[in-house]
Amino acid sequence: MSTDVNVKLDALPGLDPNALPLEVKNLQVEFRTRNGIAHAVNGVSFDVRAGETRAILGESGCGKSVTAQAIMGILDSPPGFITGGEILYRGVDLLKLPEAQRRKVRANRIAMIFQDALSALNPVFTVGFQLAELFRKHRGMSRQDAKARAVELLDLVKIPAAKQRVNDYPHQFSGGMRQRVMIAMALALDPEVLIADEPTTALDVTVQAQIMALLAELQQERNMALVLITHDMGVVADVADRISVMYAGRVIEEAGVNDIYASPAHPYTKGLLESIPRLDLKGQELSAIKGLPPALTNIPPGCAFNPRCRYAQDVCRQNPGPPLYQVTPSRTSACHFWREVKGDE
Amino acid sequence: MSDLTSAGAAVGGAPVGGDGPTTEATTGGDGKERSASLWADARRQLVRDPVFVIAALYILVVGSMAAFPKLWTSQDPRACSTDRSRIGPSWEHPFGFDLLGCDYYAHAIYGARPSMVIAVMATSAIVIVGGLLGLLAGYYGGWVDTIISRVMDIFFSLPFLLGAIVFLTVIKRQNIWTITMVLFLLAWPTIARIIRGSVISSKDLDYVHAAKAVGARNSRLMFRHVLPNAIAPMLVYATIVLGSFVAAEATLTFLGVGLQPPAQSWGIMISAHQVYFLEDPWLLLFPCGLLIGTVLSFILMGDALRDALDPKFR
Amino acid sequence: MGRYVIRRLLQFIPTVLGTMFLLHYITSLAIQFSGNPVRAMFGDRTPSPAQLQALTERLGYGDPCLSRKGDPCLWRVAADGNGWLGTSLEPGLFFDRLGNIFFRFDFGINLRQREVTDLVADAIPFTLKLLVIAIIFEAVVGIAAGVLAGLRGGSFLDYMVKISTVFIISVPIFVLGVVVREFVGVKFGNVLRGQDWVPDLISAGIFTPGFKADYPFASLIIPGMVLGAVSLATTARLTRTSIMENIRADYVRTAKAKGLTNKRVIGVHTLRNSLIPVITFLGVDIGAAMAGAVVTETIFNVPGIGRLVTFSARSGESSVVVGVVTMLVLVVLIANLLVDLLYAVLDPRIRYE
Repeated sequence: MSTDVNVKLDALPGLDPNALPLEVKNLQVEFRTRNGIAHAVNGVSFDVRAGETRAILGESGCGKSVTAQAIMGILDSPPGFITGGEILYRGVDLLKLPEAQRRKVRANRIAMIFQDALSALNPVFTVGFQLAELFRKHRGMSRQDAKARAVELLDLVKIPAAKQRVNDYPHQFSGGMRQRVMIAMALALDPEVLIADEPTTALDVTVQAQIMALLAELQQERNMALVLITHDMGVVADVADRISVMYAGRVIEEAGVNDIYASPAHPYTKGLLESIPRLDLKGQELSAIKGLPPALTNIPPGCAFNPRCRYAQDVCRQNPGPPLYQVTPSRTSACHFWREVKGDE
Repeated sequence: MSDLTSAGAAVGGAPVGGDGPTTEATTGGDGKERSASLWADARRQLVRDPVFVIAALYILVVGSMAAFPKLWTSQDPRACSTDRSRIGPSWEHPFGFDLLGCDYYAHAIYGARPSMVIAVMATSAIVIVGGLLGLLAGYYGGWVDTIISRVMDIFFSLPFLLGAIVFLTVIKRQNIWTITMVLFLLAWPTIARIIRGSVISSKDLDYVHAAKAVGARNSRLMFRHVLPNAIAPMLVYATIVLGSFVAAEATLTFLGVGLQPPAQSWGIMISAHQVYFLEDPWLLLFPCGLLIGTVLSFILMGDALRDALDPKFR
Repeated sequence: MGRYVIRRLLQFIPTVLGTMFLLHYITSLAIQFSGNPVRAMFGDRTPSPAQLQALTERLGYGDPCLSRKGDPCLWRVAADGNGWLGTSLEPGLFFDRLGNIFFRFDFGINLRQREVTDLVADAIPFTLKLLVIAIIFEAVVGIAAGVLAGLRGGSFLDYMVKISTVFIISVPIFVLGVVVREFVGVKFGNVLRGQDWVPDLISAGIFTPGFKADYPFASLIIPGMVLGAVSLATTARLTRTSIMENIRADYVRTAKAKGLTNKRVIGVHTLRNSLIPVITFLGVDIGAAMAGAVVTETIFNVPGIGRLVTFSARSGESSVVVGVVTMLVLVVLIANLLVDLLYAVLDPRIRYE
């Protein structure tokens, strides 16, 4: 294991300290299943700067978690395969790195928080063991030193009586506390990029707010880049700087958080916003997007959203689908009729 | 849980509910597959599975040997003459003759009956009794569960073979009925445990609560809403247990506490000729082959059934 | 942990009593319906009335409850009319037997008036050796095969393990035993014994058609492997399913995301969880292996407990069969209890329930 410590991350070929901490370009992932090939991710691109929060928004099954797993390099393969694109960490394409170096990037430079902390933590080891493991295997620390660092980490994420609780098993923690343990584990090695995959979905609303506040605080302290994957428009509005909206494995709109809420430029985003209950519109009927997202084995030709879209015309049903139109210098939309959609407001 | 729910709904004959039309609207070609019920799906998968089909055909053959031996042979297995002892297979006597000079093929055909009869009777008994007790224990819980579970523990603590030997030795009458009885006594707790677990897990499903809320009687809840969920695992287990009972009958016979000559059974064939294996291997080959084939077929059918009925394996 | 242990112990006591009662009732019923078994035990020989009387008394078969069909023999009318708790009843045959078993360690006698405990004491070293060989064989080979198959689900190796385990499970152990004895012990052994360069330990010790007192350990290796074969297949299948379930678990994904080596992700995070059900199975399997020893020992002529049971059963000595099985059942029950406690040690979720 000690050889692990010797892999120098500074020596990554082509590492450029001034490049963005994470940049995903035209990522493509497919799942080869018995029922055919599912195109889970079809050309996703986004980037995130240090200290910035990039939200990736979309319904379940739109490919956002798969994107996160592809970035971490923990896709179950088979059936999942990355068939194209680049994932750049400070200018280094992670997809081209040998496995030993790739592994060192995980947790050290790019870390991840999972949705359900109960199943994401190993039930048969104490949280102390699972935290200390990172220091022992990546930093070559002794068991004792690593344990001490584990206690510090639990303190950092504000778990009371950290010294005693470090010897507890995951199932002895409450949901919110478990998610704090997950956060501690992700932050242990001071990563530059943190990917949070639905970090609060499994929690109560009050606990959700605490966890998001903690994440924001730690992000600021460390000037970390945060990729927040969620389906919750409310969470996004509070913490995100920029948003990528995903539908059927594609980014269909990208913009700053204020732009999107003020004037969505894609009918899907618009539909999502209209389906949020609002106090000022009390009494009016809530509009919902009709239909269901397409099966990824069977994405309709043209724009994947066309069967559910009220703006759809013949051009939307023809291949190739809409390109990413430049709405303003800092925002894009994959809709032929983005002007109409945006102007409707 | 949702798997169980859909299985229950499908078995109960209830319509699949609101997602029918939406599935059709969005998934085109795939829609038919998904809205089909679990059982129809399983049946389709099974008839396409060559392993299952071959195993089922084999069981059909052995079953017909047991039910109508005259269909397969016109020889009388008891027409023996010692001057034909251990003569090898020939065209008229495909399995040759055994130690006592009886036609071995006829013996093998007639030998299928006791194994199959014992296995089928014992399995039916454990399914009915074990299933009912498991259902009661799981559904009512409390002291009913405590008593039934403790009794199950008691029978569980007797290792199968040892228990069977004790019972058959003290009973001293070793025939089809007592062997069936002993196999039943020692095996019912397993099926009761399976049903109990399944009932406990489906008892708390929302649609059961819903049925209770609209005032369904206990018996209706049990048999219409809770039991159907338990049928799939029970069916799988029952198929496999048929195979182990065939093997158990032969084993007990081999040990001398099962059927006794001059009855015909595969176990007797094997135990009577074990020492002639090297000189006349066919004397062991035929009964062993038939026996292993039967057990194997039941196990393979059980495995295929489990794969077909468990949505996880799709 | 404490409460779990206590609850488990409290369940243990009624199970032991219930099992004892079951064995007692079956024997009593047999006597009630088919008469004093002592005479039958002598077979063709005619015992002297004194011999018959002594044996009947010694085995407790003289109790009047044994002449009333269906009587569970729990209570009897007290001799002096003052029984327990103001009734006229006192503990009957069942409690006498329990007392014999638990306080005097007396499990009955055979027809030559030898204690069953003595018979078992003579036989047990062979059975123990056989069990150890079987359990080690099935654990090592079974877990190895299961892990290899589970990690590479759908591969050629996985397919091989799947097919061979189904096949082994389908072969009744006595068929396997007879075939192995004849092929490996006799035929292959004869070939080896014809070669001068093969040491006797291998040619006459290991590859022998039956147990040999000259090679008390070597000649048990093949019988032990036969005994372990069926459970080996189950172990391999259980390990395989368990690994396949766990390898897709979220916490394994977390371990990968932590940048741990593949060796550690599999060896520590996956295996530890996957082996919990396997280890408990192996524990419970001790009971099944004891039952299986009945067949293996009979086939390979090992003078252990199993052969004792078969021979006694064949000669109709039910008192020995009941005595030995009672003893074995107690061992199995204790083994099961220990396995449950071990389970709690291995899985913290149970411990803190």
